Amino acid sequence: MSATQTRSAEGAAAAGGEHRSRGPAGPDAGYNFGYLDENTKRMIRRALLKAVAIPGHQVPFGSREMPLPYGWGTGGIQVTAAVIGPDDTLKVIDQGADDTTNAVSIRRFFARVTGVETTERTAEATIIQTRHRIPETPLHEGQVLVYQVPMPEPLFRLEPSVTETRRMHALADYSLMHVKLYEDIVRHGHIATSYNYPVMVNGRYLMSPSPIPAFDNPKMHRMPALQLFGAGREKRIYAVPPWTEVRSLDFEDHPFEPVRADAACALCGSRESYLDEVVTDDRGGRMFVCSDTDYCHTRQARREAAE
Amino acid sequence: MAYVAVKGGERAIEAAHAWLAEERRGDPMLPELTVPQIAQQLGLAVDRVMAEGACHDRGLAALAIKQARGDLIEAAFLLRAYRTTLPRFGASLPLDTGAMRIRRRISATYKDLPGGQVLGPTFDYTHRLLDFALAAEGEPPPPAPEAPAGDATMPRVTGILAREGLMASEAPGEAEPPDLTREPLACPADRPLRLQALARGDEGFLLALGYSTQRGYGNAHPFVGEIRLGEVAVEIEPPELGFPIEIGEITVTECQMVNQFAGSRTEPPQFTRGYGLVFGHGERKAMAMALVDRALRARELGEEATAPAQSEEFVLYHCDNVEATGFVEHLKLPHYVDFQSELEKIRQMRATALREAAE
Repeated sequence: MSATQTRSAEGAAAAGGEHRSRGPAGPDAGYNFGYLDENTKRMIRRALLKAVAIPGHQVPFGSREMPLPYGWGTGGIQVTAAVIGPDDTLKVIDQGADDTTNAVSIRRFFARVTGVETTERTAEATIIQTRHRIPETPLHEGQVLVYQVPMPEPLFRLEPSVTETRRMHALADYSLMHVKLYEDIVRHGHIATSYNYPVMVNGRYLMSPSPIPAFDNPKMHRMPALQLFGAGREKRIYAVPPWTEVRSLDFEDHPFEPVRADAACALCGSRESYLDEVVTDDRGGRMFVCSDTDYCHTRQARREAAE
Repeated sequence: MAYVAVKGGERAIEAAHAWLAEERRGDPMLPELTVPQIAQQLGLAVDRVMAEGACHDRGLAALAIKQARGDLIEAAFLLRAYRTTLPRFGASLPLDTGAMRIRRRISATYKDLPGGQVLGPTFDYTHRLLDFALAAEGEPPPPAPEAPAGDATMPRVTGILAREGLMASEAPGEAEPPDLTREPLACPADRPLRLQALARGDEGFLLALGYSTQRGYGNAHPFVGEIRLGEVAVEIEPPELGFPIEIGEITVTECQMVNQFAGSRTEPPQFTRGYGLVFGHGERKAMAMALVDRALRARELGEEATAPAQSEEFVLYHCDNVEATGFVEHLKLPHYVDFQSELEKIRQMRATALREAAE
């Protein structure tokens, strides 16, 4: 707390528009460890504990304005800031990649305000903050996966009123969603949702997995790692404790089917990973590459070593 | 490989920030704008940033405007991100706007009233003709003539109506008002919470909503009971002292709209209030806020609530421009993972549709 009280206007101005590279080793002395003050962290941890105790249930929390815009991952950043300690190793990915601009920006933010070690290796990280993907490498016990969530409410396209959707969750009344999926099948022959595909958590709460591709949904089921979800603008936190049942909604005669491009990665040759399509020219040329850069690099390195 | 160009964010960010700093400064042959110049000469921009940034500090607001290159929503965001790191000491006592040191005070409901009408520094009766003389930097304008200081008190118009029993009284709030910046919004929201959200809300959004109530989307019959602008003392009462102490003075604009109310089974016909209060000189915002505040009271007053401005969830969840701009602008972040699954899905669905059409 004391650090924030003595901070000058220049310090605050620098936080919004810094253009220097990573600061000196060790956290920025002008800010509390992890940027948030200890009382705020405690408030967020309380919300997290409640969220873990009621898997899939959205817990309101006093989300703060962060020095990054809403929609850029403020929820995930606040969750990470509340759980991170000096011994943690942080990995940040956006679209599966460590080197996308927003992932770089968030990683630099934490390097600056915590001084913790960062990594691109999924296996080495203790905390992984992600936007839109779950790493291909299976996570292990003791790891924490922090999702950035734009809209925590899985029903919002069907019912915009928060008061109304809260009632539906309380009554476990998810008929609206089932009808929507049924209508998709009648109209298109398929469920037309390909990302942010709704899941039932622990057989009780309907939950938005955040806009990950449906391809990633099965990874959430009985995941050994703790999954935390932060929605900053919407001021909600939710969680899936380790080894919890997470089922993608489907019907007996129309089972859930995750989709991926039917191709192999042009760089590492993987036929299992989720692929990004890269347009290479304006004559229809395209190639497919792994969206998970760490997974792809590891496979390439292994192949080179074998040769 | 062309693909590599998509990545390598770190260097791109550095270069972009350097370019931004250069753009912000503009032509270095011209003198740099100073923060006091902004605070003095772009005062209304500073006021708006303080209101939407929810932080009363002219110096920081002016700095934010300079840093944001004049983008006022960006400036409000900078100020909010600073404000959120400050410790919270507690709530002040209610401002006594009746005791305001008045710079402007007008009423549209009475031709004359105790204290009189005071026009103050307003654009209202200027002709909107570009003043080309301002393009040339000249001498400061001659000082405005000053009336001798009157000793007249300026009672609030709504108080005058209330004495006659014509103005619905407000329920006194005993408890400390809720704080939106610490607790998330929950609906139904009571009036202090709504007013707090509106006071921080986007001027443009509230203006459009207020306007919509005048055009039939919501049943409004408003009169400007009073608008007043001036300085008021801020007092707190530390529990260990047990008496109030003044901690400073702020400039605020207050608008009280008087609205017709047909009465209900329990209430006789009377006027009801729409209330607007903003930091600094923000008359348009205060008026729009008062219109929207009154519209949001529809349910409480037993009126039919069908218009957007009367929907608490619609108004309160969308009036914050820092939230709105973040979510709208986040669409420019990469979404290629999601788009990829959409691509695969639409190819799959097209294949099904084409096959069925062929059969």
